Amino acid sequence: MHAIQYAAPRTLQDALEILQEYGAKARILAGGTDLIVQAGTGARSVDVIVDGKRIPELMHLAFDPADGLTIGAAVPCCRIYEDPQISRRYPGLADAVSIIGGMAIQGRASVGGNLCNASPAADSVPALIAYRATALIVGPKGEREVPVERFCTAPGRTVLGEDELLLSLHLPTPPPRSGAAYLRFIPRNEMDIAEVGVGVSLTLDEQGTISGARIALAAVAPTPLFVPEAGDSLAGSAPTEESFRRAAQIARDASRPINDIRGTIEHRKHLVGVLTRRALERALERARQAG
Amino acid sequence: MAISLMSGKVTVSATVNGEPTEWLCEPRETLLEVLRDRLGLTGTKEGCSNGNCGACSVLLDGRLVNSCLVLAVETEGAEITTVEGIRGEKGLTPVQRSFLEEAALQCGFCTPGFIVAATALLQANPSPTEEQIRWWLAGNLCRCTGYDKIVRAVQKAAAEMRGEA
Repeated sequence: MHAIQYAAPRTLQDALEILQEYGAKARILAGGTDLIVQAGTGARSVDVIVDGKRIPELMHLAFDPADGLTIGAAVPCCRIYEDPQISRRYPGLADAVSIIGGMAIQGRASVGGNLCNASPAADSVPALIAYRATALIVGPKGEREVPVERFCTAPGRTVLGEDELLLSLHLPTPPPRSGAAYLRFIPRNEMDIAEVGVGVSLTLDEQGTISGARIALAAVAPTPLFVPEAGDSLAGSAPTEESFRRAAQIARDASRPINDIRGTIEHRKHLVGVLTRRALERALERARQAG
Repeated sequence: MAISLMSGKVTVSATVNGEPTEWLCEPRETLLEVLRDRLGLTGTKEGCSNGNCGACSVLLDGRLVNSCLVLAVETEGAEITTVEGIRGEKGLTPVQRSFLEEAALQCGFCTPGFIVAATALLQANPSPTEEQIRWWLAGNLCRCTGYDKIVRAVQKAAAEMRGEA
């Protein structure tokens, strides 16, 4: 790693002042599991590292049935699945954060960092999209909110301006009779990057008909891919094998993967179909258990 | 600006293996580099330097981390435990002893990382299943043993620590 400058501000204001002065040369450090590797190999040019972990707002994690879930941008994955209430309310997110790397990674890596790193294969992002998460961004002109499905713009690129930072993620409380799941396929048994990932959520009405669903995909497009038409196809339908197959086919058709070291276009499209169906089945089970 | 940036050599104070420790390092240096090259704690190994192999595992405020993925300056005020800090009242801990008795190592390069990770596991969960052991240790790579002996060593140490052996 070439020489860098470093700061560990204790207030948001101090962090924003550094970003205003150094712009694109500065980068916020959360868990560091991507940034330190990228800075070390030169994959990302960084001159100023701003540790966000001493800023209380970035380490804030709270659930309230009225307000939903707030995840500070630097909160590590482990704090999400170690919280029994949060992992019970948001099982699809718990699925994702408990398979990002191994234990040593999960103790550091954050959901906010996973989003800001903007990898198309990021595991937590399809789950966030399924849960209708929004990203709260703060900059010198104040705050703005962006739906997570519009946050990543290209591999490694986001809507964040040079003088802005991600403050937190907000997930509304799932309605009654809702379930969600995240499934991924990797070439190894554990500890690998997704060849395909699928995050889904669905809600049943009192008769057991699907009232709404959301489906998002990892590793099959330049950014995490929200496929609204796949979830919408389920609205008003009974949760049957047939309706799940139809939604899975729509997701498969919407995916536009590439051939790379982890898989071929053909295999990835096949996986989108299989995993979408299975994730819907798991989400349905959870929705029924949630009652 | 209200806050000034650190550059060049900076002073960092932390507790390392129970001892208050102060060192000078550059902000770009990882905790792994500082442990090995500045503090002489060479039990922590460098394998991949990208978070895949777990050879550099240490405990940071009681939590298992890859020291190659932590900047040393981040650890200001923290408590760090390396393999050198894992010791029993009479020499080896049950984890260390069972690794020897079960021959859970061959070349030994990954062993410090496994000892740290297994110690953290048994602190968090004194009765892990085989699956939980394999899951927890999935972040540590061993190219010699095929892992079975490591899993058995952790099971044996866990039983001993529970007072069953």
